Amino acid sequence: APAMNCRAEVLEVSVEGRQVEEAMLAVLHTVLLHRSTGKFHYKKEGTYSIGTVGTQDVDCDFIDFAYVRVSSEELDRALRKAVGEFKDALRSSGSDGMGQISLEFYQKKKSRWPFSDECIPWELWTIKVNVVNLANEQERQICREKVGEKLCEKIINIVEVMNRHEYLPKMPTQSEVDNVFDTSLKDVQPYLYKISYQITDSLGTSVTTTMRRLIKDTLAL
Amino acid sequence: AMDTDLSSQDRKDLDKFIKFFALKTVQVIVQARLGEKICTRSSSSPTGSDWFNLAIKDIPEVTHEAKKALSGQLPAVGRSMCVEISLKTSEGDSMELEIWCLEMNEKCDKEIKVSYTVYNRLSLLLKSLLAITRVTPAYRLSRKQGHEYVILYRIYFGEVQLSGLGEGFQTVRVGTVGTPVGTITLSCAYRINLAFMSTRQFERTPPIMGIIIDHFVDRPYPSSSPMHPCNYRAGEDNGAAYPSVEDSQEVCTTSFSTSPPSQCVFTVTKAHFQTPPPVVTDTLKVPVMGLAVSHQLSSSRLSYQPAALGVGSADMGYPVLFAGGLNAAHPHQLIGPGKEGGVPPIPSQPAHGTQADQERMCTPLDGVHYSAATPSSSEDTETVSNSSEGKCGSPHDLLETIFIRKVGAFVNKPINQVTMANLDIPFAMFAPKNIELEDNDPMVNPPDSPETESPLQGSLHSEGSSGSSTGNTHDDFVMIDFKPAFSKDDILPMDLGTFYREFQNPPQLSSLSIDIGAQSMAEDLDSLPEKLAVHEKNVKEFDAFVETLQ
Repeated sequence: APAMNCRAEVLEVSVEGRQVEEAMLAVLHTVLLHRSTGKFHYKKEGTYSIGTVGTQDVDCDFIDFAYVRVSSEELDRALRKAVGEFKDALRSSGSDGMGQISLEFYQKKKSRWPFSDECIPWELWTIKVNVVNLANEQERQICREKVGEKLCEKIINIVEVMNRHEYLPKMPTQSEVDNVFDTSLKDVQPYLYKISYQITDSLGTSVTTTMRRLIKDTLAL
Repeated sequence: AMDTDLSSQDRKDLDKFIKFFALKTVQVIVQARLGEKICTRSSSSPTGSDWFNLAIKDIPEVTHEAKKALSGQLPAVGRSMCVEISLKTSEGDSMELEIWCLEMNEKCDKEIKVSYTVYNRLSLLLKSLLAITRVTPAYRLSRKQGHEYVILYRIYFGEVQLSGLGEGFQTVRVGTVGTPVGTITLSCAYRINLAFMSTRQFERTPPIMGIIIDHFVDRPYPSSSPMHPCNYRAGEDNGAAYPSVEDSQEVCTTSFSTSPPSQCVFTVTKAHFQTPPPVVTDTLKVPVMGLAVSHQLSSSRLSYQPAALGVGSADMGYPVLFAGGLNAAHPHQLIGPGKEGGVPPIPSQPAHGTQADQERMCTPLDGVHYSAATPSSSEDTETVSNSSEGKCGSPHDLLETIFIRKVGAFVNKPINQVTMANLDIPFAMFAPKNIELEDNDPMVNPPDSPETESPLQGSLHSEGSSGSSTGNTHDDFVMIDFKPAFSKDDILPMDLGTFYREFQNPPQLSSLSIDIGAQSMAEDLDSLPEKLAVHEKNVKEFDAFVETLQ
């Protein structure tokens, strides 16, 4: 069920095929930098202490750009896996190279049996990607710079949103912490998140809706 | 009403948060301009010394400078903490790149919980600062520092001064955090015009020399601090020079409560450290060589560039390197630091051939000094004599390139074997010279024909005009990729490119001869207002003259 107070942010980038991964990682890592805390350690009397989040610089190979990410190999691996799948799907879609990847932060709301837990999103980031094809090395060089500049703008946009200090889940008690945070990583603790993506076919409709229509049409016969 | 007033404990906590936030802000900014990739580790158990739950190392010298600038005060209304980032070339020319401002305004949020929400929001703001410090133009510049230039920082406390950033500087807001005593705001104003600074300002504001000199001599603040290189020398500076650990490190032991914030437990204690003093370790590599470049600017370093030479009605294209930000209607009158002591480091009769070029190559080394002396005329004389001893590196050392595109781009476009350093203009190396790529970039340069634009524009964007081939004959030594428009002119017996090259290093104006140079810098400065007044008085005449050139 759609949440009442889920804020949604949309970013758009046009990139060359080989820049897709780095551009996506830059955006996702920047968001997660702001949406991760140190590990919570609960003590008695309902108090807790918070671990320390380290950060590191990442230089892009195909874009004139650098960004900061949380120092967590687990988190980096998870993002790279998702972005890799997205890139492969984009490539094999045979479409004009358009798609979007979404990072959604949610809270779990436990329900009583037999109902399953609800996932209530509270923040949704969507990155719309348009893959361009370039003709020669000179265009590629220009693209390196331009995409770098664009990503700088995106980082500034992300920081603007973060600075609004809008809704954030309440700090949870020990029993509730897994409903708010992903506690599975050993060194940092991001808010619960999920990443999904969609590839847009050349008709501008997303692949999922096309499939649904096909099936519906087939069944109607 | 009394309930909403800040408890004394909260007030103490808040002051402490703001103080350490300010110190961490400075660390993040300076470390982001060291020229190195930063890497710190996450730690699942709190170490007790990581403020705001972030692993941000403390460079002792930086903390020392920040504390000195703050001198026990906190940012308040009208009292902002500013970190100024500037660039200094090996020739001694310097340019402000950014001012990071930590300010406080009067808007109070009485409801907010100090040791909980404010603390977490300050942590978030530091993360934003980490992100934003990588996206302003100075980041990429700082990653390439070390050879032709270094990046310096200066911390001051008081009123924000943005005038050194040039025209059209941009601002980016990092974020704000409301507190019961005011709203903390963190922002950055950064220069976008990285080309030669002087041009536009000539018309209405004091010329560039005033800015450069004021910057180092006549500071607006009586207690302003000297510049420091972001890349600093560790080792012997550690420990001895800086306050002991107990003074410089306060431990932040934080516990948070999941019960209502009023029951929050928060303790901040001064710890007696058993662990060794915080030395900047592995992840911050520090160069062995200290880069305390001396401040060499003096009023004797003034020279006027020759006026653009008109050739009939088809004016010669003005060298590209002056074109960035150049108002096409005012083709010359560039003022910039000239040679020290009035001694021209190049022969007054510029000659072709390797000999003359070799001599020109030596000039860049004039500016490289590794002494932390304050500017004085005697030092300048010494400098001059040193340079004339012919400390010339091999031409190959100097055949490096850096240059920046005009606005916003972090581009390092290595064009072969050209150095600007031998041009006696500040920041010559930063002049946009990349005509080729700009020509082909339809986003920058719509394909207009040169005839339709002013002579200057035409020369800037000329595409494959015939002057280019001869202009590149002395490839190693040509300072710019010079393609003068309409350069093949039957009226002139020689090629325009040749003509320009021959006369591009004119002899010193007699008014700037060695007599003047021998005076003290202070005297020079004193005479400046008079000279300026004279020029201002005659401004109409100058303008009229310029009109005749168009």
